[in-house]
Amino acid sequence: MKTLREAKVGETVRVVKLHGEGAVKRRIMDMGITKGVEVFVRKLAPLGDPIEVNVRNYELSIRKADAEMIEVE
Amino acid sequence: MENRQLRIALAGNPNSGKTTLFNKLTGSNQFVGNWPGVTVEKKEGKLIVDKEVVLTDLPGIYSLSPYTLEEVVARNYLIEEKPDAILNIVDATNLERNLYLTTQLTELGIPVVIALNMMDLVKKAGDSINVKELSRQLGCPIVEISALKGDGIKDAALAAIEAAKNGKTIPQHSFSGPVEHALAHIEEVTVHNLPEERQRWYAIKLFERDEKVVESLALSDEIKAHIEKDIQAAEKELDDDAESIITNERYIYIGQMLKGIYKKKGKGQLSVSDKIDKIVTNRILALPIFVLVMWLVYALSMGTSIADGGIGIGTFLTDWTNDVIGGEWLQGGSRALLESWNVAPWLVGLISDGILAGVGAVLGFVPQMLVLFLMLCILEDCGYMARIAFIMDRIFRRFGLSGKSFIPMLVATGCGIPGVMASRTIENERDRRMTITTTTFMPCGAKMPIIGLIAGALFGGSTWVATSAYFIGVAAIIISGVMLKKTKRFAGDPAPFVMELPAYHLPAWGNVLRGTWERGWSFIKRAGTVIVISSIVIWFLTSFGSVNGRFGMVKDLYEDDTVVTDKYIAVVADRMGIPEDEVEPMDDSILARVAQPVSIVFKPLGFGDWKPTAATVTGLVAKEEVVANFGIMYAYDDADGEEELEENGDQIWDRVDEDFNAFSGGHGKLAAFAFMIFNLLCAPCFAAMGAIKREMNSAKWTWFAIGYQCCFAWVIAFIVWQLGRVFAGGMNAVGLVFALVMLALLLWQLFKPYKEAQKLTIK
Repeated sequence: MKTLREAKVGETVRVVKLHGEGAVKRRIMDMGITKGVEVFVRKLAPLGDPIEVNVRNYELSIRKADAEMIEVE
Repeated sequence: MENRQLRIALAGNPNSGKTTLFNKLTGSNQFVGNWPGVTVEKKEGKLIVDKEVVLTDLPGIYSLSPYTLEEVVARNYLIEEKPDAILNIVDATNLERNLYLTTQLTELGIPVVIALNMMDLVKKAGDSINVKELSRQLGCPIVEISALKGDGIKDAALAAIEAAKNGKTIPQHSFSGPVEHALAHIEEVTVHNLPEERQRWYAIKLFERDEKVVESLALSDEIKAHIEKDIQAAEKELDDDAESIITNERYIYIGQMLKGIYKKKGKGQLSVSDKIDKIVTNRILALPIFVLVMWLVYALSMGTSIADGGIGIGTFLTDWTNDVIGGEWLQGGSRALLESWNVAPWLVGLISDGILAGVGAVLGFVPQMLVLFLMLCILEDCGYMARIAFIMDRIFRRFGLSGKSFIPMLVATGCGIPGVMASRTIENERDRRMTITTTTFMPCGAKMPIIGLIAGALFGGSTWVATSAYFIGVAAIIISGVMLKKTKRFAGDPAPFVMELPAYHLPAWGNVLRGTWERGWSFIKRAGTVIVISSIVIWFLTSFGSVNGRFGMVKDLYEDDTVVTDKYIAVVADRMGIPEDEVEPMDDSILARVAQPVSIVFKPLGFGDWKPTAATVTGLVAKEEVVANFGIMYAYDDADGEEELEENGDQIWDRVDEDFNAFSGGHGKLAAFAFMIFNLLCAPCFAAMGAIKREMNSAKWTWFAIGYQCCFAWVIAFIVWQLGRVFAGGMNAVGLVFALVMLALLLWQLFKPYKEAQKLTIK
C-alpha cells in the first residue's frame, strides 16, 4: 500500500482510499481530498514537514502524519 | 412581517474575498465583537443599500462539519438564529471546493444567493463559466461580482434582500440510491414534525451521525437504534462510513455538474503566485527569507528608533508620543492647569500622577502597535502568514503551539500586549489559547530594567544574566506548552493541520487599514480601561495610609510633627526593620502594610522581604515600576532629591546588594536570581492582562492563564532557590524535599505519553 506520505515531490497521484476516522479524516475530505481525485505533490516544507500539495486546483498543506492516512496509486 | 428587520448571513470559504465584500457592503456601519464564549471574532453591519438590513459575517469555513470551532459557530447561528437569507460568496477560481460548502448551505432551508467572486480572473486566464446553467443546477440566483473592484456588489446585496423577502432554495442535488433510501427513512421517523424545508438538513446530519445534532434532537434510544440500522445498510452497500459517503458524493456531484459548465482553456501554466511561492518557500531560501521578513517586522515597529539611526518607525513615534504628548502635555500640562484652578492637591496627584501617567503610558504604545498591526495585516492579507505556519509548523507543534505562534512570541520580546493580540491570526482555538497563555513568558522591553538591576547590583554586570533571562523565557514557553497540551483543559480539541495556502496577492489596502485600526482601537479601549482603574488603585495604595492612628495621604501626614513624633518613627523603624533615619512616608502606605504580610508567600523563594514584595506587586501596573519602586524604597536621593533613577538603577546597586544578602542569610545572588525569575514569569502587567482577557473572551480562561503564570513562576523560583542552596550551602531539608517533589512532578508531566484528541468539545 502506498500513501501520500511516500509520494515524491513532483509526482501526481490518485487517491484510492482514506483510512482513519473522525475529525482529521473529515477535515481532509472537506478540503477536497476524496476518492479518485488527483493530487500533485508540490513541495516539502524547509524543515521536512508538512508537505504542500495541489488538489482541485488549489494549494493545500498537510502534515506527513496525516498524509499517511491517504492511500494513493 | 414587512416591518421586521431583515437579517442576512454572509458565508463563504476563508480567502474567498469575504472580508472585502463585507467591508464594501457595510462601509463604516460595523460592530465588532466575539461570538459568545469563544475567541472567534463576530462582525455585523448594516447594508449601505438598505440600512434596515443587518448583515452578519460568519467565520470563514470550508464545511458545516461539527469538528472546527468556526464551523460549529457558523452552523449554530444558521440553525438557531435562522437568518432570512444567506449570501454565499464563492471564489470562481476555486470553484469545486467553494461549491462544496454551497451544497451544504442550500440544505438548510434558508434562501441562498451566490456572489460569484473573481470572475474577472477566470476570464483573464481564458476559462469560462456558464453562470446561467450553474444557477439553474444549484437552484439559487448567482450574481457575478468583483469584491476588490466593487463591481456587482450592489446587485448581490439587492438579490440577497429580494431572496430574504420572497426567496426559497430547494437543494437540487441528490445522493446515491442507498443513501437517499436511508435519508427518506430517517426523515420519516425523526424529523417529520419539523418545518419541511429543514428536514433534509437534519436527516443528512443524522445520517452522518453528527453527535451535536443527535444530541440537540434528544431522540429516544429506540429511534436511534432504528436509524442506525438504515445507516449501516447504506454503509455496507457502499463500503465506506456514512460521513465519508456524503462528503464523497458531494464532490462527485460537483465534479459532474461542472463538466459542462466550467471550460478550462490553458493548462499547466505557472501563475505569478506560483512563481513567487517557488522562491519564498523554497527549501533553501525559505528560512533566510523568513528571518528577513521577521527582522523587518520587528525592526520597523519595535527596533531602534530612526532618531537613533535604526529603522524603527514605531519606536520613533512612541518615543515622541511619550515625551511630548504623555510627558509634557498630559502630565505637565494637566498639573499646571489643575493647580491654576486651585484643585485640591490630592486630586491633582490622582489625576496627574495616577490616571494621566497611566493612560499616557498606554497611549504611548499606540503608534508602535499601529505600525506593528499594519505589518501583520499586510502579511496576513498578502498570503505570507499561511506560509509562516507552513515553515514553522514542524517546530511549534511539538509544544502544542501553531507555526503562527512564532509571531506573537517575537513581538512579545518588545511588548507582551501586541504579542498577545497578534495571536488572533491563529485559526485553531486551542493553539490560540496556548499561545496567549505562554507568550508573556518572553522577557519584554519593560522587564529589561529588572534584569539590568539584578545583573548590575548582584552579578557585577555580568551579561549572562540577560542571556539566561531569554533562555528562561523560551524554556518556560516550551515546558508549559508540552505540559499544558497534556492537561484536560487543552486536550479536548483536535488540531488537524490541513491548511489552505492561499494564492499570493497584493494586499487590499482597505482591509489592511481597517484591520489595523480595529486592533489598535480594541487595545486602546480594553487596555485603557484596565490601566486607568489599576493606576488609580496603585496610586491610592502607595499614597494613602494610616500614620500614628490617623488616616490620610502619608506624605502630608509626615509633614505634621505632632503626628510623626520621634517615638513614632522608632516604632515604624522597628516594624520595617530599618534604621530610624531611613523611615519615610511610604513605609506607612497601605502598600507597605499589605506587602509586609504578603511577603511570607515569597519566603520559600528567598526574597520574603517587604521591599521586593512591594516591588513585585507594583510590577503588575507596569514592569518598569519594579525598578522605579526599588529606587523609592532603597531611598535613592540625589542632592535635590528629584533626580530620575537611571534605567538600570545603578545608583542603588550597593544598597540592593547589601539588603538582598541581609535578608537571604548571605545568599543574595541566589535570592536575587529567584526574584528575577519570578518577576519574569509571573502575571504580566495589567495592560497585558487586559489584552489576555480581550483575546480569551472568557473570564475563566483569563484567570486560568494568569493563575498558571503565577504558579509556574513560583514553582520555578522555588526550585531554583531551594536547589541552589544545596550548592551554595545552608540548605533547608524540608524545602529541598518539596523542591524535588515539584521537580519530579514537572518532569513527569513533561515526559508522560500523550495522544492527540480526535473530537471537538464545545458545549
